[in-house]
Amino acid sequence: MSVRVRVPTPLRKFTNGADEVNAQGQNVRALVEDLEKNFPGIKERICDETGKVRRFVNLYVNGDDIRFLQNLETSLKEGDNISIVPAIAGG
Amino acid sequence: MPNPNAARWIAAARLREPKKIDSVIDLIGDTPLLEIRKIAEGISPGVRIFAKLEGFNPGGSVKDRPALKMIQEGIKSGKLAAGKTILDSTSGNTGIALAMIGRILGYPVELVMPSNVSAERKRIIEAYGAKVIYSDPLEGSDGAIRMCRKILEQSPGKYFKPDQYFNPMNSQAHYETTGPEVYRQTDGAITHFIAGIGTSGTIMGAGRYLKEKNPKIRVIAVEPDDALHGLEGLKHMATSIVPGIYHEKELDEKIPASTEDAYAMVYRLAQEEGILVGQSSGAAMHATLQIARKLRAGVLVTVFPDFGDKYLTTNLWVGWRDRMAVGNLQFSI
Repeated sequence: MSVRVRVPTPLRKFTNGADEVNAQGQNVRALVEDLEKNFPGIKERICDETGKVRRFVNLYVNGDDIRFLQNLETSLKEGDNISIVPAIAGG
Repeated sequence: MPNPNAARWIAAARLREPKKIDSVIDLIGDTPLLEIRKIAEGISPGVRIFAKLEGFNPGGSVKDRPALKMIQEGIKSGKLAAGKTILDSTSGNTGIALAMIGRILGYPVELVMPSNVSAERKRIIEAYGAKVIYSDPLEGSDGAIRMCRKILEQSPGKYFKPDQYFNPMNSQAHYETTGPEVYRQTDGAITHFIAGIGTSGTIMGAGRYLKEKNPKIRVIAVEPDDALHGLEGLKHMATSIVPGIYHEKELDEKIPASTEDAYAMVYRLAQEEGILVGQSSGAAMHATLQIARKLRAGVLVTVFPDFGDKYLTTNLWVGWRDRMAVGNLQFSI
């Protein structure tokens, strides 16, 4: 099972510049682990030391914020679109 | 327990009667300087900390200053004339300022912003009647910059682009207003000027003025500690399109601020000082306190770019009670 993950500019240094990658996982938690396996260092940017999604990072599954779904336990299905959206920089 | 200074503060003279004004534009600038007292407890008695409350500008942020200056210069040079539309990319506050001033002066305004800017910002801009064009949130504010350039290329004759990242009038506004105000408000006693970097206009312009008045004044910038951060309005220079008005060599120091520290400081400012500000103010205050702790004497001035009411729907306040023990404030900073 594969889902598409859209990667924001600040995280593309981990994905060799790719703005979109494929990843696997039954739920968002497994997806983040899969991303970490393929792109080491990326998990630490998305999650804090307790494993929770950092407060200023928003994860969307098909356009819905996982905070309003089941958070990291939000289940995924083939073809889902995931977006990692950071806050806005200056000016 | 009531604050022992409470009686004195209540008895102190109120601000003088507000002046009568002809236009909202006349309300831009001359913002108050607030002494930070409670959060400053424990630092050397010879150190005083002040924050310039830019939320008092009529558009609600420091950005009223550069927006006005860029538009004034546009009109003066003839680049902004009847029939032109003002176009720029922004993370929000400059957009609000341009929308407001454009409305007052009678120019239509179009703004390119990442679609994930706070809901309050979008609505404020729409309320002023400006048109908003949304760019991809994953591309951040640099994506908005690029999209704005494309729109301009397609119809160059239609628009006047203030170009806040590259227009020297941005920092010039602070050279002419913010810098002199701060110097005057501290009776020239300022020793450190600390401000966050978005376009870098504030720190560049006010910093240059203060250095001219007294080369010993230290000019210190605050920036997010990482490319991925939650400090809406601030820029991580190493990973961003570097603004043309930014000259790092004019800074004495750069201090990184983490998103969590900045957020915690926002909560402290609300609960200890009674002032609700945005996350960039939290970052500025956090850095200022770090500097203050190392000093025996000094007058530190920082800039609070806006108030906090524009961020109530953002991640800053989502789940904050879980993170912070409210009522029994325990912070690591």
